[in-house]
Amino acid sequence: MITLPEVLSLAALLFCISIAGIFLNRKNVIILLMCIELMLLSVNMNFIAFSHFLDDIHGQIFVFFILTVAAAESAIGLAILVVMFRNKGSINIDDLNSMKG
Amino acid sequence: MIEQIVFYFFGGVLLLSASMVVIMRNPIHSALLLVLSFFASAAIWLLLQAEFLAITLVLVYVGAVMVLFLFVVMMLDINLVTVREGFTRFLPVGITVAVLMVAAMGLVVSSDYFMSDTYMVIKSIGPDYSNTKELGLILYTQYLYQFEIAGAILLVAIIAAISLSMSKSKVNKSISSEEQVIVKKTDRLRVIEMKAESNIQSKKI
Amino acid sequence: MNNIEQIYLAIVLAPLIGSLVAGLFGKFVGRSGAHWATIIGVAISSILSMVAYKYHMFDGGEIYNQNLYTWLSSGGIDFKIGFLIDSLSVTMMVVVSFVSLMIHIYTIGYMHEDPGYQRFFSYISLFTFAMLMLVMSNNFLQLFFGWEAVGLVSYLLIGFWYKKETAVFANMKAFLVNRVGDFGFLLGIAAIVMTFDSLDYTEIFSNVTQYADSTITIWGDESWSLMTVICICLFIGAMGKSAQVPLHVWLPDSMEGPTPISALIHAATMVTAGIFMVSRMSPLFELSETALSFILVIGSITALFMGLLGLVQNDIKRVVAYSTLSQLGYMTVALGASAYAAAMFHLVTHAFFKALLFLGAGAVIIVMHHEQDMRKMGGLYKVMPVTWLTCLCGTLALIGFPGTSGFFSKDAIIEAVHHSTLAGSSFAYFSVMAGVFITALYSFRLFFMTFHGDQKMDIGTWKSMHEAPAVVIAPLIVLAIPSLILGAFLIEPMLFGKYFDDAIYVASTDGHDVLARMAEDYHGIGGFLLHSIQHPLVLILMSSGFFVAWLCYIKFPDTPDKLVSKIGPAHKLLVNKYGFDDFNQLIFAKGTIRLGHLLWRIGDINIIDGFFVNGTARSVRIFSSFIRHVQSGYLYHYAFSIIIGLLVLLVIFVHGVLD
Repeated sequence: MITLPEVLSLAALLFCISIAGIFLNRKNVIILLMCIELMLLSVNMNFIAFSHFLDDIHGQIFVFFILTVAAAESAIGLAILVVMFRNKGSINIDDLNSMKG
Repeated sequence: MIEQIVFYFFGGVLLLSASMVVIMRNPIHSALLLVLSFFASAAIWLLLQAEFLAITLVLVYVGAVMVLFLFVVMMLDINLVTVREGFTRFLPVGITVAVLMVAAMGLVVSSDYFMSDTYMVIKSIGPDYSNTKELGLILYTQYLYQFEIAGAILLVAIIAAISLSMSKSKVNKSISSEEQVIVKKTDRLRVIEMKAESNIQSKKI
Repeated sequence: MNNIEQIYLAIVLAPLIGSLVAGLFGKFVGRSGAHWATIIGVAISSILSMVAYKYHMFDGGEIYNQNLYTWLSSGGIDFKIGFLIDSLSVTMMVVVSFVSLMIHIYTIGYMHEDPGYQRFFSYISLFTFAMLMLVMSNNFLQLFFGWEAVGLVSYLLIGFWYKKETAVFANMKAFLVNRVGDFGFLLGIAAIVMTFDSLDYTEIFSNVTQYADSTITIWGDESWSLMTVICICLFIGAMGKSAQVPLHVWLPDSMEGPTPISALIHAATMVTAGIFMVSRMSPLFELSETALSFILVIGSITALFMGLLGLVQNDIKRVVAYSTLSQLGYMTVALGASAYAAAMFHLVTHAFFKALLFLGAGAVIIVMHHEQDMRKMGGLYKVMPVTWLTCLCGTLALIGFPGTSGFFSKDAIIEAVHHSTLAGSSFAYFSVMAGVFITALYSFRLFFMTFHGDQKMDIGTWKSMHEAPAVVIAPLIVLAIPSLILGAFLIEPMLFGKYFDDAIYVASTDGHDVLARMAEDYHGIGGFLLHSIQHPLVLILMSSGFFVAWLCYIKFPDTPDKLVSKIGPAHKLLVNKYGFDDFNQLIFAKGTIRLGHLLWRIGDINIIDGFFVNGTARSVRIFSSFIRHVQSGYLYHYAFSIIIGLLVLLVIFVHGVLD
């Protein structure tokens, strides 16, 4: 039997992998966006798990909406990426430091 | 029993592909591995009896979002050599932070506070049970307003994406015929009075 | 208000009005208008003072003690303006107003070419007003007002020629040294207010005996006699105003002012304010023998040592200034011996002959075309006979030649000190006796160097010199008369009669009432003269001083130079005025400047500017330059900080959960 803690641990691991990915990724904005998708995926996993084990359909409704918003957000993120590439000529994160204090 | 084996298998695939997304050098590889992780995740969701969402995940995420990612990755000219600097320098710190977070979350999840043994209930499901129908029953009645708003969000996303990446090309010399028709003489012509030069005749030609 | 009150008010206000007219409207009324306005004011004051004097002394008028105006009432104490007219104040009024009138007339001649003519008249009239307020007051507030006002006018007048650097230095010195004395005076007044809860004289004097033995603790556990503390503090004020050692340093420098004010302020009136104040406070001083001994010692030091300084001065006005200091020392000695009446007697006679001497010196200065160095004078008796004669009268009075008023007052003081049994009275006796010799010596030194001997100017200047104008000579003649004869008239009533009975109080405890003991031996003026011949020590000292002066300056004129070379170090000590001026300049003046400089450098620049003002800005800059590295511009840094924050929150939450 799958137990709740197992699924939750899986989701947690996934989340931490994506966090490490954000931090360790130095040179590529696309990887950053992919890690964000992974984070959202882990959250969705959590919701589905709770919906299953608590016998409540509302968790899945939430996942539905998260999915919607995630799609919208990735579209906009990619649009920004495209514009950035057009203006700077590279997708190197280190080149994005013009807001340096 | 079977459930657990399946779960662990797909869980392992999911985690492995997720880590490979981060580690991989080539972004195309990263994107494809992300697709694999989505598939594994969908399989797990099927196990957890969220069929509609599992399929939606594949359709929407993999079908639309990841395709978009691949478009962009292939469109941008990425220099593969310079992509990987700095990775190993910060690896210890990153690993440490990640491990800490996992430990924290794990502690929370496996503690008695969570009362996880009460959640071992398996609900009994009849053959007519349709996950989609259940979702629809709630979504279009209780969450109708939020549903419409979700649509609006998508609309906003479209507009935003278009307006962000639209470039006003300055070299466009197209003629706007409606503007041309309504132009008047005063827009184009201006008559001025000027005194004649008095000493023009004195200039020797 | 009945007649006598109107008279008192007119006495005080007439000089003030004259001063305002000359001061504020000086340009409108012109020179003669200014001097007429002020002279009329002071003449009114003088005549009415004599009327009041006659009323009090001869017609049996009672003491007038009324409050005219309550200025404010605070904390249970009323601050009033009022008059106390008794024998003491009416005597002072006559002296002040009469001498002031003489000075006003004299000034017409002396300041004839000065551009600040109206200003000068306004100031001396203002001074007369302030001094009259001082002597006529019936409470400490008004006394202090008059005290400060005369100090202020003295400052204005010493620095009258304000473009002269030495004059400005002198007037600052006078004001600041006076301030030191006033500080002590204020402490005394504060102690009085603290004890008696009142500023009024009669209230204080009627309650004074119940505090005779009370003590006061100032620092720690030491308790001091209350009366001693009060009296010494009040006397410090008198030391400042009446120029006793060590607060005497301003008086010689005050000779930078024009001669009329040296005569008015620094001989006859302002410097006597301290003596007047102590006499007025006699009920208080009688209760503290320590304070009286203190006064005795200070007075005798001043009398002796300041007289010595008069021997080495070459400026004619400085000699007379040191003479004034010495005579003030005599008056103070009399105060210390509880012979307040003798001090007042000497004050009155001294006012006349010292003013005479100063005005005479002024006449000499005018004739010498403002040359003040005595070494350049000589043989002036041929040119200025009237001045010579009047100065001779003044000098004889000063040294105490038998028959002159100075003789009576000085000998009375010497006798009083001789009878006194206070601690320090033997030193005082020695000082006043030695002072007789020294006084005679420097007085005739001045006289011989100025009027006798070989003339030291060139023939051209000599031929053009003539006697001083009439406005200058007339006051000299008028002042010479009281210098000669006033003493004989006043000695009996003042010292041994009931003259000051309503004003001065002398305790009848053992040894205090020296004048009463002297009265037992007193047999009239002739007896006084005879007594002085029978105990001829004083006469011998006086004559030997005259003789030595004659030897050194007429017979063998090069003796002084030979003496100077023999007693070089002592001479240098005297020329340096015992180092008082150097000490003050070095320690107080330079020390204050250095302290200010130090505070500027450390306090202002380093601490306030550097640490607080600039330091705040600098620390903000340092902090911000350190903080700004947080905003690196890199996305992953920001994400990392989010993650760290999340981790911290998670740990806290988990920690809370697990417990």
